[in-house]
Amino acid sequence: MSTLSGKAILKRLLQIVIVIIGISFLTFLITYLTPGDPVEQMFIATGVIPSQEVVQEIREELGLNRPVLVQYFDWLLNCLHGDFGQSYSLHKPVSILLGQRLWPTLKLSLTSLAFMLIVAVPFGMAQATHKNSFIDYLLRGITSFGVSVPNFWIGLLLMLLFCVKLKLLPVVCSSGDFKSVLLPAITLAFAMSAKYTRQVRTAIVEELNQDYVTGARARGVEEWKILWLNVFPNSLLPLLTMLGLSLGSLLGGTAVVEVIFTYPGMGSLAVNAITSYDYPLVQGYVLWIALIYMVVNLLVDISYNFVDPRMREKR
Amino acid sequence: MKFKTFVKKNKSFCFFAVLAIIIILVAIFAPVVTGGQSPTKGVLRDARLAPGAQHIFGTDNLGRDTFTRVIYGARTSLVATFSLVILIFLIGSVLGVLSGYFGGWVDVLIMRIADMMVSFPGMVFAMAIAGILGASVKNAVIAVALVSWTKYARLARSLVLKIRNRDYVSAAIVTGSKTPYMLVKYMLPNVIPTLVITAATDIGGMMLELAGLSFLGFGAKAPNPEWGLMLNEGRPFITNAPWMMIFPGLAIFIVVVVFNLLGDSLRDILDPRDE
Repeated sequence: MSTLSGKAILKRLLQIVIVIIGISFLTFLITYLTPGDPVEQMFIATGVIPSQEVVQEIREELGLNRPVLVQYFDWLLNCLHGDFGQSYSLHKPVSILLGQRLWPTLKLSLTSLAFMLIVAVPFGMAQATHKNSFIDYLLRGITSFGVSVPNFWIGLLLMLLFCVKLKLLPVVCSSGDFKSVLLPAITLAFAMSAKYTRQVRTAIVEELNQDYVTGARARGVEEWKILWLNVFPNSLLPLLTMLGLSLGSLLGGTAVVEVIFTYPGMGSLAVNAITSYDYPLVQGYVLWIALIYMVVNLLVDISYNFVDPRMREKR
Repeated sequence: MKFKTFVKKNKSFCFFAVLAIIIILVAIFAPVVTGGQSPTKGVLRDARLAPGAQHIFGTDNLGRDTFTRVIYGARTSLVATFSLVILIFLIGSVLGVLSGYFGGWVDVLIMRIADMMVSFPGMVFAMAIAGILGASVKNAVIAVALVSWTKYARLARSLVLKIRNRDYVSAAIVTGSKTPYMLVKYMLPNVIPTLVITAATDIGGMMLELAGLSFLGFGAKAPNPEWGLMLNEGRPFITNAPWMMIFPGLAIFIVVVVFNLLGDSLRDILDPRDE
């Protein structure tokens, strides 16, 4: 593992820029290459069959008749100015639409991460400290079921139980208060905690095999002290990395969960945008998500400098 | 005799293999299992009947038998998932082997693309691609393949790099083995076992991704019986006809569990590195 000096951070930032350009170009290319014409699709979505002249006129207006590369670089330049274009279907600037939905999605992601940690860390620890015992086998069984449950099914089952049968929570979670975040967050946390429990177990088991643990035990240090003051802090590093990486599947998963609970996040907005061929909005969504994901992972790597004292000394 | 000892040694693998074969057989013989009912034609008079003797899983809002649709759904799901896994296996192993064997600009090009895909939440991109290409099972498979091949390519490349400069490989090249021969006879056999394990453990996850895309409306199209789509169709009727979403979800869950555990036990047999 290397330390992240200022130079390395700069290099990572450059890498992020390159990936963003590549990803956005790919998305752009695919929208360009698809057989369906966005303008025609827009009309068909509203139930009108447009005449050829009208389609041509709107294409001209939206700048869709220019060469693809010109369109792309034009869009990219505007993005650098913070202008992500106008949504075709909602007739508002993409940045405003996404900006409104950013916080709800982040709130949902962070809440589900918190739920996941509450479950996964104690379970993984229990498995690691009681390796190959009954608890270990039981939890291993539960986690292998947990990773196989489709989260949209869990979401619907939770909804059936808590909203329809017990009537404890609202079916439509669009208000944005804690009650409406609760079920979507639990749904997202479900499959994730199963995966993460396994990772916590592996990380702790690895750490427990280190010589210093044997040494501490031989000196008669109490087991809980070894576990919480030595082993846990030492395994934070790999766990943090995995947390950052799991954000990727989390951001993908929010779309499904947001649709189920009609939660007003970026994901449900994007799903609507995709179904209504709203290309600027789709582009903007992909770009923003990529940016969030990569910046968070960069921050995770930078945080090593604080979490791991060895990194500070090396500098 | 040999077969018997294998079964005895690998009980859990054989158990899940049998379950997987049963699932595949059920999918193949769907018309027999469902007693010749049509998965797409319903009797509107029988709409939303609760599970009972006539319809053990109930009927949906168009009066179609949910059990029949769930059984036929196995066909869609299995065919799509297996073609997806085979597709990424082929793309990934070929590109990875080429990248590792030739090095140079081929390597740089392929690996830069792979790096780009890895440093990005794949499902978000897959969703966008599948949606833009238009809803169909084929497009969903293409979309997920586009974001998933990189894992296989990286793995194949690293395995090739491990043996690329071994003496026996250099000896084979020096003694006049042609490049295609080298690739097929030396590189591929070295790569395939690990990739097969990866593919086997990926089947369940891929099935979930595809069902998720269908659930969002970016995969299978109505009236096609597909589990993710059926869940989505059952969503509005959650209060009156919850069986419409319970059983397709249960089907996904069971099949994914079986394939996940099959993959895990296969890995335990072929790759005893863990524990």
